[in-house]
Amino acid sequence: MTDTRTTPPREAPPGARPAAGRRRGALRTYWPHYLAISPFFLLFLVFGLVPVLFSLYLAFQHWDGIGDIQFVGLRNFAFLVKDSTFWLSLYNTFVIWIMSTVPMLFLALVLAVLLNSKVRFTSVYRIAYFIPNVTSLVAIAIVFGAVFSTNQGLINAILGSLHIGAVPWLSNEWTIKLVIASLITWQWTGYNAILYLAGLQAIPTEMYEAAKIDGAGPVQTFFRITIPQLRPIILFTVVVSTINGMQTFTEPQVLFGGNASINPNSGGPGQAGLTAILYFYREAFSNNDYGYGAAIAWAVFLVILLFTAINWRIVSRREKGTA
Amino acid sequence: MTAIRLKKLALHLAMLVGVLISLFPFYWTAVMATNTTRDMYRTPPKLVFGPELFSNIARVFENIDFTGSLLNTVIVACSTTVLVLFFDSLAAFTFAKYRFPGHRALFGVLLLTFMLPAQLSLIPQFVIMVNIGWVGTIKALIIPAAANAFGIFWMRQYIQGAVPDDLIAAARLDGAGFFRQYWNVALPIIRPGLAFLGIFTFIGSWNDYAWPLIVMTDPSNVTLQVALSQLNTSHNTDFSMVMAGALLAIAPLVVVFALFARGFVADAMKGALRG
Repeated sequence: MTDTRTTPPREAPPGARPAAGRRRGALRTYWPHYLAISPFFLLFLVFGLVPVLFSLYLAFQHWDGIGDIQFVGLRNFAFLVKDSTFWLSLYNTFVIWIMSTVPMLFLALVLAVLLNSKVRFTSVYRIAYFIPNVTSLVAIAIVFGAVFSTNQGLINAILGSLHIGAVPWLSNEWTIKLVIASLITWQWTGYNAILYLAGLQAIPTEMYEAAKIDGAGPVQTFFRITIPQLRPIILFTVVVSTINGMQTFTEPQVLFGGNASINPNSGGPGQAGLTAILYFYREAFSNNDYGYGAAIAWAVFLVILLFTAINWRIVSRREKGTA
Repeated sequence: MTAIRLKKLALHLAMLVGVLISLFPFYWTAVMATNTTRDMYRTPPKLVFGPELFSNIARVFENIDFTGSLLNTVIVACSTTVLVLFFDSLAAFTFAKYRFPGHRALFGVLLLTFMLPAQLSLIPQFVIMVNIGWVGTIKALIIPAAANAFGIFWMRQYIQGAVPDDLIAAARLDGAGFFRQYWNVALPIIRPGLAFLGIFTFIGSWNDYAWPLIVMTDPSNVTLQVALSQLNTSHNTDFSMVMAGALLAIAPLVVVFALFARGFVADAMKGALRG
């Protein structure tokens, strides 16, 4: 939502000035303003724009970071297309993203509706729901690893007391993804609930009153008024979840970092927790293959753009349908 | 009457289940950190706090340079926060209240930078750090993070609503220059906004993992998160000790958050509506 307010008494316009020397005049008049905004742009230039361009260049080179940079044309990408580990990492990322985002956004909406009801203590609840989001991901990934541990984990202890056999949570292809997804869901549900709550509170009460007068029931009201009104925020949360989900890295890196029997960056048994960014990290910083690493980074970026665009279309179309 | 009361009770119960799920991992971390590893292997495991917290913490200090990594993290988080607050609020004030040639285009460029994901620039950033000799130093963590697009965007929205134009005009009539208008007029008014951006930045910096993992190449000089991950990798049989380390990494932030939580969550909601 862009700000459309007009703020009249801004700095006076420079007035009529000969066209030549206008730029130098602007600099002389406005140098404090340019100076004030320069730190961000300088940092972005050095640590953002130049690196992005350099990484595009690197994607077409072979480089281990020490020797000479060799031009290899499209060879990195040709290899990427046939690299089954890369496709596996994309598949893992996608499955974990679905397994976390769907329950996360659904539960967040439920929590937001609950928080929006007129009962006491909602501010306490809000804080409690938000705390997971500010918690150290490394620490909490270690804790989740402990809770789902096969031999000394709480979950298996509970299952054992119910006379259900131990589940090898961190060595099965599907349960590995389930543990990572539950960690993401735990950390981000409250955050999304708070965003939805902000959206709910911005819906004018007159709309609900009008619906009541028209004889609409609670279910009808929810799907005809609440959801369409929440549309921009739902779109925002879907886009943010897509971008974050496609970049899942710390969870599997830490969860399986403690398993000494396998490569700490392999994403666990069967590489079932190997996400695209973890694979990128392994190729670039464990195997020092900068050229291939850059190619992976660009491929993942294109995938993120594609997924975001698809999700954008799906969400806006569905909402148009219910509106 | 009773129907309403029952409905409210059900609402509270549902929300309490959410609270339980949110907070249980913290309780369980504390349980594991205060018992011995053997207590956790027992069936059924111990479900309440034990007396072993200090011996577990002592072993954390034996196995990693906890003090050093904590010091690194505190220095990085504090200096990043101070720099971000200054540079972001100054730039945001400028974009919110002044027109200068190119201001619209420059703000557009700033918004575009949101779209570039971090991993695209990670390799070159690391190469740059190697070449300017910052690799393995906390400069590599602080300087690139000293100003960011999100903070400027958020503060600009905040300043547009919070700082009246008349006040700036009056200061200008009194002869205050641009920087004085920022320092003496705007800064005192936008303190609540700075508080939000400050906590947000501090938490993000404290919890940052991927970039410190890459750039802090000397294993004996790392940040708290990286040290904790090392502890988990190298001593994962000493379960309770690793949990004591996790508890130490979580606790300071939960305290910081609890102190400011009310305003923070409210501001996060406002930010959502504007964004």
